[in-house]
Amino acid sequence: MSDTPVDASKRTWLIASSCAGAVGAGFAAVPFVSSFQPSEKAKAAGAPVEVDISALNPGEKLTVEWRGKPVWIVRRTPEQVKLLPQLDAQLADPASKRNPDDLTPPYARNESRSIKPEYLVVVGICSHLGCSPSDKFQGGPQPSLPDDWKGGFLCPCHGSTFDLAGRVFKNKPAPDNLEVPPHMYLSDSRLLIGQDKQA
Amino acid sequence: MAEFKDISPNASATEKLANWFNNRYPSAGGFYKAHMSEYYAPKNFNFWYFFGSLALLVLVIQIVTGIFLVMHYKPDAAKAFESVEYIMRDVPWGWLVRYMHSTGASAFFVVVYLHMYRGLIYGSYRKPRELVWIFGCAIFLVLMAEAFMGYLLPWGQMSYWGAQVIVNLFSAIPFIGPDLALLIRGDYVVSDATLNRFFSFHVIAVPLVLLGLVAAHIIALHEVGSNNPDGVEIKSTKNDKTGMPLDGIPFHPYYTVHDLYFAAVFLFIFSAVLFFAPEGGGYFLEYNNFIEANPLKTPPHIAPVWYFTPFYSMLRATTDVMVYVFIAVIAIAAVLAILRGGFRSGAKIAIAVAAVVAVFLLKAFDAKFWGVVVMGGAVLILFFLPWLDRSPVRSIRYRPDWHKYVYALFVFFFLVLGYLGSQPPSAGGNYVSQVGTLVYLGFFLLMPWWSRLGTFKPVPERVTFSAH
Repeated sequence: MSDTPVDASKRTWLIASSCAGAVGAGFAAVPFVSSFQPSEKAKAAGAPVEVDISALNPGEKLTVEWRGKPVWIVRRTPEQVKLLPQLDAQLADPASKRNPDDLTPPYARNESRSIKPEYLVVVGICSHLGCSPSDKFQGGPQPSLPDDWKGGFLCPCHGSTFDLAGRVFKNKPAPDNLEVPPHMYLSDSRLLIGQDKQA
Repeated sequence: MAEFKDISPNASATEKLANWFNNRYPSAGGFYKAHMSEYYAPKNFNFWYFFGSLALLVLVIQIVTGIFLVMHYKPDAAKAFESVEYIMRDVPWGWLVRYMHSTGASAFFVVVYLHMYRGLIYGSYRKPRELVWIFGCAIFLVLMAEAFMGYLLPWGQMSYWGAQVIVNLFSAIPFIGPDLALLIRGDYVVSDATLNRFFSFHVIAVPLVLLGLVAAHIIALHEVGSNNPDGVEIKSTKNDKTGMPLDGIPFHPYYTVHDLYFAAVFLFIFSAVLFFAPEGGGYFLEYNNFIEANPLKTPPHIAPVWYFTPFYSMLRATTDVMVYVFIAVIAIAAVLAILRGGFRSGAKIAIAVAAVVAVFLLKAFDAKFWGVVVMGGAVLILFFLPWLDRSPVRSIRYRPDWHKYVYALFVFFFLVLGYLGSQPPSAGGNYVSQVGTLVYLGFFLLMPWWSRLGTFKPVPERVTFSAH
């Protein structure tokens, strides 16, 4: 350490100019950090998708792409619809009460999470870490599934399971049900995904 | 500044040239002496001490092969998969360069894990080598980022869905998570924007950081000197005349030759994998990655590459039930600390309040978030090892015998976690992962207590070494 006495005025200016430099560096960082955000092009690519569901048979699933994500349209059989209320006790959120504004539009806040009980429309992305669950429509014992499996979806990444209304089972890594996208029926066989009557 | 030296006009041309350089760049000679010819390393290094220099060798392999791969690779979601196949099929010897790079990634982690294990058993992280260890942990962390971003580049199914899962880990962070994940991806899903920025990070940004950290790691090591299997400080016994450690030997030529010998052994094994099993049975290059990325369909079984699987298991193990186990553990720890810890009443209240807050937070956020915390914490806890270990001796050689079983248990469960992480999720596997996670965390968090217990053996003054 030097013995020279501290020049208080010099120190003040050193601190002041360092602070000014730090503020300048902060401003300079803005364009770089901002460039990480989605581009205008990416923001624009979110148009609604129209789907023809006339060829979908009971028990079948159709996948369409909306905003880069898979959207599933499942035509449930009457037996499958009847099973839904029986599963309530095993589900984490059977009545879609968690984050309803993000996950379940008002017209899907029912037992089947759909406008028509027959058709399920959900974004096929697990609420845990974003994998796309696989179809496990067949009931019965299978690998990674309980023995009393009644049909639904299994996420291959971390083993979360969902019923045929996209509702997550209890004590699984996924906290939430599958997202029901905004959608509406243009006619009995034509479905619009990405837009609903409220918008 | 060094003084300008004149040399006799009769000196040989070589000597004149050396003198010319020495006058203009004297620090080069000093650098060579400080890090090679006069860097004294303990003479009793064993097998475990090869892996540091091997890691450097693998780093060089990765940089050189990487440079050549970039000449043919296209960082574009529409062309990336195709360009990797082009390298594999059409570029002359491209397959070899690509396999060297992909096998090199796994080799890097093999070498680094063994290097870390060496540090763990011989106490190489203890005072005064804490910074060496911390720089090393930072290298491990950065290496994981480098490997993860590199894995997206071939744009296969595993690349895509692996990146999807890991980026979504960030979105589990309360409040800022979803925006942070958006900032990382640069799009609402993993897409071309993500591929391009990961390419930039993988080939420029992260390697620069990595090289800086490697330099810091080696400089920090050479300042304090290497530890050794006995954990004896060689600088405490010096030659009266030269002032050099009696148990030390100049790094060059003794250890350079040693390391070169083992580099040859390593390259034998590396080449065998490279030519006969470059995919490593689906562990080094996963089979699903030979299918182009499809954002609409997750492969039926996805798992990270083997070097991430222990941490991935811990992520999967953290379910709602596991959160209750954590709550129970915190409650027991708090009660024990209050009843047996011998704290003052103020501290006791603070412990009780902290425990209640911790329990409240555990229930306030989803198990999903805590899974991410456990996974990240499992890596970050390594940084604190120098302060967690309270044993009076460094090396495992002079610790109570039962400590060896503790280490064996830790290693066993680390390997089990690694295996389970590569398997599809199952109920039984998940229970074992949960036990493994508790063993892993317990090993470190309880270390301040267990590492002090038992009868330690006397540590010799000098290293144990028999000349051969």
